[in-house]
Amino acid sequence: MSENMNNSTLRRDPRREWILRNRLHPQHSEIATEDSSSDVLHEWMGPQGIKRKAPHNIGFIGPNGIRRIDRSGTQQAGSASRKEIAQQPSRRSHQIQHPQQYILVVADMTGGRLSAQDKDILGLAHQLAAKKAETAVMLVVFGEHKEAAFAEAGVDRLLHIEGEAFDGFSPDLRLAWLTAIERELHPDYWLFPDSGLGGGDLGRRLAVELDVHAATGLWQVNLKEQPISCVCRAAASTQDLTRELPRVILALSECAEPISDSLHAVQEFNLVRQPLDQLPRIQDLGAVAVDPASVSLAEAEFILSGGNGIRDWDGFHQTAEILGATEGASRVAVDDGYMPRDRQVGATGTWVTARVYMAVGISGAIQHLQGIQSCDKVICINTDAGCDMVKRADLALIGDSTEILAAVRRKVSELKQEKRHVA
Amino acid sequence: MSLNQATRVAVLLSIGQHPVTARARRADQDARALELALQLNHADVIPLHVGQLNEHNEAALRSYLGMGISQIKLIGNSDILLGLEQGVRESQANIVLCGSRAETGEGSGLVPYLLAKKLGWPIVSGLVSIEKLDQGSATLLQALPRGQRRKLKVSLPAVLAVDPAAAVARQSAFGPAQRGAITPQKLSSIEAVSGAEVKHNSALHSFLWQFQPAKKRPKRLKIIKATSARDRFKAAAAKADASGGKVLQGVSADDAANEIIKLLLEESVLNLDGHL
Repeated sequence: MSENMNNSTLRRDPRREWILRNRLHPQHSEIATEDSSSDVLHEWMGPQGIKRKAPHNIGFIGPNGIRRIDRSGTQQAGSASRKEIAQQPSRRSHQIQHPQQYILVVADMTGGRLSAQDKDILGLAHQLAAKKAETAVMLVVFGEHKEAAFAEAGVDRLLHIEGEAFDGFSPDLRLAWLTAIERELHPDYWLFPDSGLGGGDLGRRLAVELDVHAATGLWQVNLKEQPISCVCRAAASTQDLTRELPRVILALSECAEPISDSLHAVQEFNLVRQPLDQLPRIQDLGAVAVDPASVSLAEAEFILSGGNGIRDWDGFHQTAEILGATEGASRVAVDDGYMPRDRQVGATGTWVTARVYMAVGISGAIQHLQGIQSCDKVICINTDAGCDMVKRADLALIGDSTEILAAVRRKVSELKQEKRHVA
Repeated sequence: MSLNQATRVAVLLSIGQHPVTARARRADQDARALELALQLNHADVIPLHVGQLNEHNEAALRSYLGMGISQIKLIGNSDILLGLEQGVRESQANIVLCGSRAETGEGSGLVPYLLAKKLGWPIVSGLVSIEKLDQGSATLLQALPRGQRRKLKVSLPAVLAVDPAAAVARQSAFGPAQRGAITPQKLSSIEAVSGAEVKHNSALHSFLWQFQPAKKRPKRLKIIKATSARDRFKAAAAKADASGGKVLQGVSADDAANEIIKLLLEESVLNLDGHL
């Protein structure tokens, strides 16, 4: 019927319309749902080529019998806009067929994936690339990676350098590769994340090798100025240095917006001349097992924190040892003398960055919650279900902390025993 | 190691700045480097400072002396890098210990790398401790993120830059600080080269550089890519919602423990190989 409505005479069904108007009619819901599927159009092209609208047909009758209009297009049946949205490519394609210049980005790839800082730096690279035509952004990746979304992050060309040596600390070999790239491509810019041991170390090595006075701790680039200038953190982050933009850049996170609306061709690139193997002067002897108790609270990955609700402190310490967690405490526990002052978590103590934070018997004062702002997962054991820590927690357990911690100790020991027997 | 071939450790000391009061002080990382050097057995420690001695920085330099060294060699009147290179060469050191970043000036952290390049030595940054000194090599501990450590073996001579995670420097004692000597060092080759070399130094065009007190960095805005007005409104009006975590009430201790262990294993923070 609806197909005919556009071009032929309009056929009406008065009874049907009457049922539709009367939502108390026993058949109302049946017909209304039929309508919403395809029958009633709220917009069509009239015979004179004029768009006709039926405002009464827009939307649907909600559960309370009130008409609801959902403009997102998700619930409106028969609307063409929904299909259009689905067909639209969400990101525009960005292709560079024959690049004239390159901008090189050397990513940290922490955990084998592009970090947020890496993505910001790719964004900065594209801002710089937009200044010149036919400039491609090339990403250098050392060793294995697990990243699947290079195209979305803005990688035009990918230079993936494989080798077992890159699993460990091999600055000399990496530098040899980077200088080989420099010789072959002579890129416009080299971009590194200014992070501890990854880009921060390698970038400085390359800058010294190329005899460039690198911009370190860069957080802003003024592209409109000529020559391009940049703002870097200086003097232990107490000063800002405005200077010209050099070829080697070590940038902080959030230095630019990451790529969000384009899709890039991740074309593999290979060097013509690869560097020769050389005898490394620095040898990696592997990671060292670290006692979690010696890890400083600010950089610990997993913290077990105790507060006023703990009755059994011996059990708490045992649990931390068995779980391999770094110990923390709330202010009350420190003031009462159960924990040393340097273990205090919160605005007045240490701001922690743990991935998993387990709060036992801590109700969650605002200062404490501030201190754990950047924690990913919070587990909370508390007797009071209404406290603020429960609201913050990803997993909250209401009960007696002594019993629960004892059960955790028992279970983890069992798991460890099992694993030992299997092995 | 035989005593006649004791390791000679040059420690590069700079004038720091207190982050709050901006007063001159001993630089935190350099003090940690000196602490590391003082902890070494059978090692001659040679503290070096390049710069002028005046009333502003004397107290700061003396606080290094208060850590238990008898003298600091002062190399004045020269380009910093050249002075350091000459100072290290003339002291015949085979290890250079320094902080990784200065607390004043540009503080780019490039100096250890430049010095290593000039000397032709390998450089290791992020040093936490020196485990062992052998003939011609050193075993080091390097700081990784999240408190992890890595063991490295580096051939000597080498430049080692200390990480902020290294052991805290000892307190400076007032008496030894006053008794210690800051001895100006005359370097043989420095006057001749300095004039010519400084021209090559890229720091020359740094007179165009401007220093300002650090601005607070703008907080990144949440960028909303909404196609319809409804989506934009929803994004703007949305409250920062509660995390919507799981709350378990009235479960047995065993079930609670299972839930906790499940989450810890999912996040892979629980190591089942360790201590029972």
